[in-house]
Amino acid sequence: MVYLLIFISAIFVNNIVFSQFLGICPFLGVSKKIDTALGMGAAVTFVLTLATIVTYLLQKYVLVAFHVEFLQTILFILVIAALVQMIELVLKKVSPSLYQALGVFLPLITTNCCILGVAIMVGDGTWVSKIPNAESGLLQGTVYAFATAIGFALALVLFAGIREQLSLNRVPKAMQGTPIALLVAGLLAMAFMGFSGVV
Amino acid sequence: MNKAIKTLTNGILRENPTFGLVLGMCPTLATTTSAINGMSMGLATMFVLVCSNVVISLLKNLIPDKVRIPSFIVIIATFVTLVQLTMQAYLPALYDTLGLFIPLIVVNCIVLGRAEAFAAKNNVGLSLLDGLGMGIGFTLSLTVLGAIREILGSGSIFGLQVYPDSYAPLIFVLAPGAFICLAYLMAAMKKIVK
Repeated sequence: MVYLLIFISAIFVNNIVFSQFLGICPFLGVSKKIDTALGMGAAVTFVLTLATIVTYLLQKYVLVAFHVEFLQTILFILVIAALVQMIELVLKKVSPSLYQALGVFLPLITTNCCILGVAIMVGDGTWVSKIPNAESGLLQGTVYAFATAIGFALALVLFAGIREQLSLNRVPKAMQGTPIALLVAGLLAMAFMGFSGVV
Repeated sequence: MNKAIKTLTNGILRENPTFGLVLGMCPTLATTTSAINGMSMGLATMFVLVCSNVVISLLKNLIPDKVRIPSFIVIIATFVTLVQLTMQAYLPALYDTLGLFIPLIVVNCIVLGRAEAFAAKNNVGLSLLDGLGMGIGFTLSLTVLGAIREILGSGSIFGLQVYPDSYAPLIFVLAPGAFICLAYLMAAMKKIVK
């Protein structure tokens, strides 16, 4: 039951893009076509889930164990950067077709703030405050990270679909490009606000 | 001298991080619920930007080209940790409001972007000015966006009540208001600059 709540909360109620403002740069940058949006969504899902498991274990068995929690930011960003490089190498060797699909997006992910953001939230255990009965542990934390990534992918694909239609319409000159995209994101965020109170 | 002034004003007007380069959108949207919050976030980013630009510019000949990006990230993360701990100690209330977005300065594209595009190629003085200019530009845009959202959403400016907040549409302080305010502000800037 609690896993279902985590999913609903992370995907709809506390959507990472529309209510927590994480990962806005890729959200605006790679959302012009549905295909690329799906690729980016898949890459983020993959990396976010893995990165959260690794950083959670590091937080518990290295940072907390040796009382050096203040090194969290430095350690996490380095681990994420290294992990992304490693995933790239492994994918290239093991599954060239998957690498073809995700390859271009992987280097971009290091500076995607939703990876570091979720890693810190799960590492500190602050994410549980949004979901009743949730406990900060490895399994629930990983499920939360996975669900958050699905929420990111959903937001990206929805937004890309709207932008594909939008490119066919005439937009006032000053509003072209980023402004109109932000306006659409604002309306989507308003729609997602309708979910508040569900969990 | 002329070049120095040009570098400084570049970040404030022509290549403003928010309106010109469209970088660092996450803190721009998330922390501008009020003018004070926006300004504090801008100042914290400015500190990191200036310090990392100076240090990277000093070390640029010592860092091998292949490990350039990881080295830059470590330098930036060090200064972010510095800001984080200082703020936690002296401004705990502000630290709680900005929360997650303080450690996330590490992945703010502006900081790494300026390190790579400017500090790695120019001398210390110019890098300092570039960091300062970009930081001021970022702080200004965050403060303006924060002020607009605050006055529309809670009827006050810099904490000073202008009209009763029961008349203010709360939506501007919430998530959708951030996107919509920034959209119109950006369109207005586009019109003015042209």
